Amino acid sequence: MNRRFIFPPHLCAVWTVYLKEVRENLRDRRTVINALVTGPLLGPVLFGLLFSFTLQRQLADAVKPLPVPVIGAAYAPHLIHALEAQGMVVKPPPRNARAAIRAHVAQVVLVIPSDYDRAWDAGEPSGVELYYDSSRQGSHTPVTRLKRMLKTYAGLVVAQRLFVRGISPLILRPVVPEDRDLATPQSRSALMFSILPYFFVLTVFLGGMYLAIDTTAGERERQSLEPLLVNPVSRGAILSGKIAATVSFALVSLTLSIIAFSVVGRFLPVEKLDVILDLGPRFALFVLLLMLPLAVLLVTLQTIVSAFAKSYREAQTYLSILMLLPVIPSLLLSVMPLRARTWMYAVPLLGQQLGIMDLVRGETVSGVEVIACLIGSSVAALLAILLARELYASERLAVSA
Amino acid sequence: MIETSDLHKTFGNVQAVSGVSFTAQNGQITGLLGPNGAGKTTTLRMLYTLMQPDSGSIHIDGIDAVHETLAARQHLGVLPDARGLYKRLTARENIDYFARLHGLSGMALRKRVDAMIELLGMQDIAGRRAEGFSQGQRVKVTLARALVHQPQNLILDEPGNGLDVMATRALRDFLRQQRAEGRCVLFSSHIMQEVTALCDRIVVIARGRVVADGTADELRVRTGATNLEDAFVSLIGTSEGLAQ
Repeated sequence: MNRRFIFPPHLCAVWTVYLKEVRENLRDRRTVINALVTGPLLGPVLFGLLFSFTLQRQLADAVKPLPVPVIGAAYAPHLIHALEAQGMVVKPPPRNARAAIRAHVAQVVLVIPSDYDRAWDAGEPSGVELYYDSSRQGSHTPVTRLKRMLKTYAGLVVAQRLFVRGISPLILRPVVPEDRDLATPQSRSALMFSILPYFFVLTVFLGGMYLAIDTTAGERERQSLEPLLVNPVSRGAILSGKIAATVSFALVSLTLSIIAFSVVGRFLPVEKLDVILDLGPRFALFVLLLMLPLAVLLVTLQTIVSAFAKSYREAQTYLSILMLLPVIPSLLLSVMPLRARTWMYAVPLLGQQLGIMDLVRGETVSGVEVIACLIGSSVAALLAILLARELYASERLAVSA
Repeated sequence: MIETSDLHKTFGNVQAVSGVSFTAQNGQITGLLGPNGAGKTTTLRMLYTLMQPDSGSIHIDGIDAVHETLAARQHLGVLPDARGLYKRLTARENIDYFARLHGLSGMALRKRVDAMIELLGMQDIAGRRAEGFSQGQRVKVTLARALVHQPQNLILDEPGNGLDVMATRALRDFLRQQRAEGRCVLFSSHIMQEVTALCDRIVVIARGRVVADGTADELRVRTGATNLEDAFVSLIGTSEGLAQ
């Protein structure tokens, strides 16, 4: 029985190229380490770090005492008492407030002037000075907290003074805003979660990168492309086999990454942030499904770019630039959260971004959205493959140098 | 048999090949001799269908190689200018890959690959990865993978390049053997020694044109030169780019 009667020769050739590329690249230690170890671990590790970082900052905001060096604490014992009651811890005064800020000794320094008491007695505003550097990372939270404490204290004093004069303090509050924050714990961590889909995209990129280069620019640089193209097989078949091999590596990389994510997810102290992080099997399968057509699209783009690079190194340079492209939707969504509409799911990258964010928030993705995402990305992938085949037929491609 | 007629090929403003016609017969070794840059490689690339000629026709065993490229390639065994191996594959796997691309499979495939390994005397390296092969070993593998499907026609672009004396001798013997089996062998060279030692017929090419076509004796007679070297120089117009 001859196998060629079962498979058309075209598919036979695709399969032959596929097997050869997979076998050859599995023998390359650098490719294997990058596609199957470093790539899949990168996302989960970065995410874990990001998570604990966010956790620390949020916890710091809420409960930690606020250490503030105070110059002239003795002039305003009442004020200091009131601030300490709200969680401020008085630190010994520096010699010079400006110098202390410049030297990064403190985030904020409170200075109480010697005439504080006099102004107070006269019923005039008593000025206190807050020294800080707003351009410095991390100064925002302590400054805001200290200002809030001061405001609370000032409000208390106003109420007392009005009360003494027989006026209801309520007269100062004609309109009272009352917070009804509908943010769920999940959506509060939106920034963190919006970066999660990018890690999956990054994994696909890293998983496919070495094969995309090796099978095209690498093959030409090693002078084996011309002999290969002389075989009685269409270039389209050769290219399809190469892309299929690259997609396989990218998908294995992605699967390992998703597994690593669910392992990392178990060890993250999510309950402390009061968020639900759903990285279970349902999540894994959905991510794999949504990413499948995108992986084909990305790998094909990588292959097109590398096929026209003059050398292996040049291909690496181009691909590093291409790798930055998928950051755009992640950044966009974290900076200006737009309302998801169904058509957006059909846009490659954006659709996966939205879908994966929905999933991770524990929300359901509707069937229409899933189908829009799959169809949109599949069509784009198909167009990319057709373009690649068109370009691959070029005479220029085969000739080295 | 390889027949070409009035081939033209331009790259941008450069007229690489302008009117090349010749025939390489079965059971003969035909040499394409010319200085570097004369258009030999471009001509061969059109013959083995890597490039399309701007105009002119090519027939491989009667098949129109300009339009039926895949069918023509079935009849060709090619050793191109670029002859890289897959270094992470063994010699046998390298040959096996090309054999499968030629549609061989199963027992037929294994028999053919074994036959090539034996024919080229490479049993010792068949199971070794191609990384670190000597020039001679590399040529054996590239020949084996180019001929594994038993093509009627052989096209070799500067096959002697970079070979030491032993490897050159082995290559010559191999090509003579192919001729004895009735195959059509066409190779290019800029080395006169190589051409005169092997060829039944010499096609001299210069500046993209065929300037002479015949046996070594015919070329000598035609130019009135006493030795072949003078004959070539007189045909090409200069000795530049030719090697002894």
